[in-house]
Amino acid sequence: MTEHSKSSPLKLYFGIWATLLLFTFITYEAATIDLGPFNAPVALGIATLKATLVALFFMHVWHASEKLTKLVVVSALFFLLLLLGLTMADYATRPWS
Amino acid sequence: MQIAIPQTAERENYLNKEYGIWSWLLTTDHKRIALLYLVSITFFFFIGGFFALLIRLELLTPAGDLVQADTYNKLFTMHGMVMVFFFLIPSIPATLGNFLVPMMIGAKDLAFPRINLLSWYLYIIGGALMLHCILTGGVDTGWTFYAPFSTNFTNTKIVEAGIAIFIAGFSSILTGLNFVVTIHRMRAPGMTWSRLPLFIWAHYATSIIQLLGTPVIAITIVLVAAERALHLGIFDPKLGGDPLLFQHLFWFYSHPAVYIMILPSMGVITEIIACFSRKRIFGYHFVAFSSIAIAVFGFLVWAHHMFVAGISVYSALVFSFLSYAVALPSAIKVFNWTATLYKGSIHYDAPMLYAFGFLGLFTIGGLTGLFLAALGINVHVTDTYFVVAHFHYIMVGGAVMGYLGGMHFWWPKISGKLYPEGWARLAALIVFIGFNLTFFPQFVLGYMGMPRRYYDYSHMPEFQVLNVLSTAGSTVLGIGYLLPMAYFLWSMRYGKPASDNPWNAAGLEWKTASPPPTFNFDQEPVVTWEAYNYEELDTPPKPQEVPVGR
Amino acid sequence: MGLHQEEEHHPELLHHFAEAEQQRDAASLGMWVFLATEVMFFGGMFCAYLIYRHWYFGDFAAASKSIDAKLGGTNTAVLICSSLTVVLAVWAAQTARKTLLIAMLAITMLLGLAFLGIKGKEYKDKFEEHHVPGASFSFEHVPIPGHAGEYANPRHAQIFFSLYFVMTGIHALHMIVGLGIFSWLFAMAWKGRFTPEYNTPVEISGLYWHFVDIIWIYLFPLLYLIDRHP
Repeated sequence: MTEHSKSSPLKLYFGIWATLLLFTFITYEAATIDLGPFNAPVALGIATLKATLVALFFMHVWHASEKLTKLVVVSALFFLLLLLGLTMADYATRPWS
Repeated sequence: MQIAIPQTAERENYLNKEYGIWSWLLTTDHKRIALLYLVSITFFFFIGGFFALLIRLELLTPAGDLVQADTYNKLFTMHGMVMVFFFLIPSIPATLGNFLVPMMIGAKDLAFPRINLLSWYLYIIGGALMLHCILTGGVDTGWTFYAPFSTNFTNTKIVEAGIAIFIAGFSSILTGLNFVVTIHRMRAPGMTWSRLPLFIWAHYATSIIQLLGTPVIAITIVLVAAERALHLGIFDPKLGGDPLLFQHLFWFYSHPAVYIMILPSMGVITEIIACFSRKRIFGYHFVAFSSIAIAVFGFLVWAHHMFVAGISVYSALVFSFLSYAVALPSAIKVFNWTATLYKGSIHYDAPMLYAFGFLGLFTIGGLTGLFLAALGINVHVTDTYFVVAHFHYIMVGGAVMGYLGGMHFWWPKISGKLYPEGWARLAALIVFIGFNLTFFPQFVLGYMGMPRRYYDYSHMPEFQVLNVLSTAGSTVLGIGYLLPMAYFLWSMRYGKPASDNPWNAAGLEWKTASPPPTFNFDQEPVVTWEAYNYEELDTPPKPQEVPVGR
Repeated sequence: MGLHQEEEHHPELLHHFAEAEQQRDAASLGMWVFLATEVMFFGGMFCAYLIYRHWYFGDFAAASKSIDAKLGGTNTAVLICSSLTVVLAVWAAQTARKTLLIAMLAITMLLGLAFLGIKGKEYKDKFEEHHVPGASFSFEHVPIPGHAGEYANPRHAQIFFSLYFVMTGIHALHMIVGLGIFSWLFAMAWKGRFTPEYNTPVEISGLYWHFVDIIWIYLFPLLYLIDRHP
């Protein structure tokens, strides 16, 4: 079933594609600049932005007809963050290395 | 209370529709797949039980005189691996779940019948590999295969066992996937979420855990295999790795796994208690949401298996607190079951006997979990028989009792035959007595300090009395398990034919024939009533009024 | 079994579904749920990676600098382009553009092969430099970026490379599976099996492909870009 914006999803797709390539270039260049402790957050932030664009527009989550799709995505992310977060909490609070 | 009817001509049903081995091995009928699973998991139950028997025989005497230490390590490892991965995890979902989920929601089959069959084949392949591993030497690391022993030091076949579990894990994931999609997409008209049997809610919650937890143990197994093969250093302290990372990844799955084992059983118990009290479950929505809560909270507590392993104190505090929180939804269920019984019209058929057993034993098992969640106590009873008793109370006293209760309850639907009620009640009693005799002494042993996974306790000969009691109990328990196998098989040939609804139970599965036709219903059901409408079922229909003067 | 409607019965409609839309929605939900399991599968590896990066940042930075970020960046661009071709393939199927569909599927596969080729080159380089974990691993006297005079601990660098190979290896396995799936789609599309009424396999295979792309979107900065200060 075609989605609502029959007018031109093509413009959107090419726009997202160009944005993704642009941000790939940006993240590559940003890694060569010394941002101190911010290199990692910037890199991960850009990656998250790219991933979000792919999910929302290439995987059609933005226009998903059902909330269930979004719920599945959010749940997966929630449990992933749980795994990462609670495990890191142990490592971050150990007084020994 | 069972109603038998004489049958002359046999109606076409899922059992007699086609004959021949290939009609079974290539079936996509969820009911036949459920029976394929039933046979397979029973086989593995025997294997796991055999190892248990040898363990208990060794522990009859303080000296390690039946087997050598290495052999004993293999015995408890194989007992654990087989029972956890090849019996308990699939048990109710793959048998009763597969059989009943489509029927209870009014569907013709699961959403993906071919994936269902694939899941059974994956289970068989994993099982065959595990069997081969056992027969060629087995594994001796404990079912928890902790690094660095499993990665660096043991000479046993970890990788093979790991691959077997990996493959079986896929089977579990596919089952969960099928259930989630089926429950969302295949409900009959009028079957809203609030009208679903709580068995369905329980399986939905179970499926969430299977889907989100199993992949983590899958990757853990991959890392262990890679480490073993290439000495990578991910878990090896000498190379900069952290053995605790293994434990974090392992328990992230293996704790929620225990909820995979208990939630379906809770679903069964809910159905049985409602039926044999002739009452709607008290607090339907509380029970439904408590299943989801258990699934979610269950992912928050894994490090309570690691309190003494070296995690940070702060992390231990957090996990201890969360472990108390996870008990709340389970407690809510126990209260609601009890409230359902109150002023109910109680019938003591075999399924209900198992349900009563579950209520008591699960409560004990659950409460002892809280003892273990307390950091102070945990230090003393970790790796003792207290832990062993705790988890057997839940997994055997809880999960297996629920499984047996469910097998009895739905046996007429599955087979079209009635099992002999007298024998069934006797067996339930024997199981209950045997179980308590086996495992209650283990609480005492653990509290007194007997370590687990020891084949020789001759430095503590005072433990022998309780060990002998435990072994005696295990023999009784074994008899209790053999009896249902015997009379279920007997009933398939000689049992009285069952009516559509011998228990006069609520639920769509009871509105079709016993055994059901291949596509479950002659006509797609349209649901206009609430779940557990026992008042309606028990009210005799009003006599038809005859108009005067016609 | 009285559910057969008198109206046209789509040949692709499976018997246990009441209507095509139900079947499509079930397939779509099934793929999304499967992708959730994949998130957790990769998640375990990301967990291990994050912990050791936290512990051995300097050693990881040194190891990261030794893998080729240009190749990695190129591969990122390759996958982004393949995601575009995938989404165009789905659109083509939805709008009955068979030629475009077949072309997009083919280009997607070519891009996938290009990705694997570049990956192969990277692995070969690592093999030649003795950066493959195991008996012949060697990482001596590699300076830690930004810490003059300090050298990376080879044991910790080996952990980086272990994770590098496991993570990119399993990712590559998923790519290979994706290529297999797309070959099958290509064959089906060639035979004209996909129409605006029935193109679910293209749609859900697309979801899978995008997911594999997303994993790489994270792998690239985490593995290649820890510290690229000149």
